[in-house]
Amino acid sequence: MDATIATFLIQDGVTNGAIYALLGLALVLVFAVTRIIFIPQGEFVTYGALSLAVLDGGRVPATTSMLVCFGIAALLFDLWGMRRSFSAPPLLRALGINILLPVAIYAVVTVLAPLQPAPILRAAMAVLIIAPMGYYIYRIAYRPLADATVLVLLIASLGVHLAMMGLGLIFFGPEGLRAEPLSSESFTLGPALVSYQSVGIYITTILIIIGLYFFFERTLIGKALRATAVNRLGARLVGVRTQLTGSTALIMAAAIGAVSGVLIAPITTIYYDTGFMIGLKGFVAAILGGLGNFPLTAVGAIAVGIVEAFASFWASDYKEIIVFSLIIPVLVWLSFSVGSHEEE
Amino acid sequence: MMNRFLSGIAAVATVVSLSAFSTPALADITIGVTIPTTGPGAALGIPLKNSIELWPEEIGGEKVKVILLDDAGDPSIATTNARRFANDDKVDVIMGSALTPAAIGAAGVAAEVGVPHFAISPVPPPVAKGKWTFVLPQYSSVLAKAMFSRMQKDGIKRVSFIGFADSYGQQWVDELKNTGKEYGLEVVSDERYARADTSVSGQVLKALAAKPDAVFIGASGTGAALPQIGVRERGFKGPVYVVSGAVTFEFLRIAGKAVENTVFSSGPIMVAEDQPDDSPTKAEGLAYLKAYEGKFGPNTRTQFGSHVWDAMVILNKAVPVALKTAKPGTNEFRAALRDAIESSGPYNATHGVFEFTPDDHYGLDERGAVLLTAKDGKFQLLK
Repeated sequence: MDATIATFLIQDGVTNGAIYALLGLALVLVFAVTRIIFIPQGEFVTYGALSLAVLDGGRVPATTSMLVCFGIAALLFDLWGMRRSFSAPPLLRALGINILLPVAIYAVVTVLAPLQPAPILRAAMAVLIIAPMGYYIYRIAYRPLADATVLVLLIASLGVHLAMMGLGLIFFGPEGLRAEPLSSESFTLGPALVSYQSVGIYITTILIIIGLYFFFERTLIGKALRATAVNRLGARLVGVRTQLTGSTALIMAAAIGAVSGVLIAPITTIYYDTGFMIGLKGFVAAILGGLGNFPLTAVGAIAVGIVEAFASFWASDYKEIIVFSLIIPVLVWLSFSVGSHEEE
Repeated sequence: MMNRFLSGIAAVATVVSLSAFSTPALADITIGVTIPTTGPGAALGIPLKNSIELWPEEIGGEKVKVILLDDAGDPSIATTNARRFANDDKVDVIMGSALTPAAIGAAGVAAEVGVPHFAISPVPPPVAKGKWTFVLPQYSSVLAKAMFSRMQKDGIKRVSFIGFADSYGQQWVDELKNTGKEYGLEVVSDERYARADTSVSGQVLKALAAKPDAVFIGASGTGAALPQIGVRERGFKGPVYVVSGAVTFEFLRIAGKAVENTVFSSGPIMVAEDQPDDSPTKAEGLAYLKAYEGKFGPNTRTQFGSHVWDAMVILNKAVPVALKTAKPGTNEFRAALRDAIESSGPYNATHGVFEFTPDDHYGLDERGAVLLTAKDGKFQLLK
């Protein structure tokens, strides 16, 4: 182990840590607002990454037709909910969100994909396809359960995760894909060789963290989300629509997941089931942050990334064990410091 | 547990679709196949499923009835499937699974109930010693010897190993440490990773810090691309040796230019066209590729799919012999078929020449391994 190797490992750890940070933030966001332990977060990463890889080949990813199907399913749920009180405005709204939006995205992607637009545009398209999925998944799987216990929501999450992974296998196949890098150039910074791709990852992560800060501090809907997170019932009493905050949280989580996927797709091989593992490491970061603290989650994620990088150098066969063991001391610490508190 | 739900659906769907066009009669030869068409082994299971569609409708004048179930690579599902084949469907042959732990499960059932069993995975010797189990893929030693003698010829002494942190990676590092010694190879670094890892930089750095003459990658499918790209990115110019599991077009597509100066070990099927005309594996290889790529498109071949074609090559010769003794669906037929498989060889198949004996249920020798290089997105026979 010399300085060059150490620098390189730290750099590698920070790059992966930045991705885990994004996922950890999304998990904390969803949990705070909806009390859902959002296991399918990793699937959004996978879908984003695989969609980008397919778009790189000038083809239309299957996620676009999946989006349309999700929209139709959500519409059926809406119609069922409206069966007693039928009126035009909510029906038009449901049609707009569930049919018009996915069909419009489908049309845009179908037209643009064969033209092989610039890489940044392809990345934007991948995020555009995946982000609305958050809304439909909330509508289909979670909204009917909005007042259920954390455990029921967790089981629903597991179901959504399995379903999305299965769909991923059907539509993307069992073998991995890799996207083209936005830039394959790199520059030297002191002893380290830094690629523009990793710089892109750092900048995006920092921008998203800053963006989330302003969203929660400065906008009305952000404040509504925070109010829901602090006290769900109280927020409802003062007129916050908790269903709206729930779907907003999931759209944001899906968008963050898709961005993470787009960022790592060029530096690694992504399989239909890769997302789960990445999501779990984001979850470790979220636990390190006490599942409710954004800055601590980000720091925890970087720590997870660096520990992982050094573990893969020193004891590669024990890498996962070392990473997931990080949770234990934190849980012990939390259980002593917070004391026992009963949920529900 | 993760894919049990999906595999359940798949299993039901498969049974329904297959029973729709095959009316069971008493004298049909029934083959029960359990393979992972979902889950971590899906990259193996899907080409196998496609290849099963190419099977003939009859063997030796008897109709063939196939029951195909998905086991998601899970040993307990594979065992349940095999038990179902034996007890409910009264099959004459069990095949599967494609992942070693699941194949061991199926072998256990076959041995217990006395049904000839083809493992589509290189199960370890204690299982292959079983009376009823025959192994279709090359055991790693066949491929390893071909690879190691090439490494010796190339003047390699110090080898860094990077491979999967599972039984597949372990099998290869064991070969390298034990058999490799006879070829003057020394393992200077042994690094592991998981298929779903997003980075292998740490492993690559450690492997290259040991200053090896060559890097040996013991991983399969596109998962092997990560270290292959990694060692080239870190400027390693020496040769890289990659095991057979990675010989897929997907691997070449992902590894791109990083595959220069890389040697692959492989079953002969990948380069059937390049083989000399007197090669015993050429005829069946070409027949399989014509059928498979004719149906699923050019360059869709994999190493994994043709194992079940080889099973059919074996059955085509062995079944008529067994039919002389007994009718399909009886215990006598199963015993006769088992004996016939052992005695009717050699079988010239796509993956080599099978010569089963009562002591050797692997059956393949050095004709079951070739060495390849890759150029312009294609595999070529190494000269």
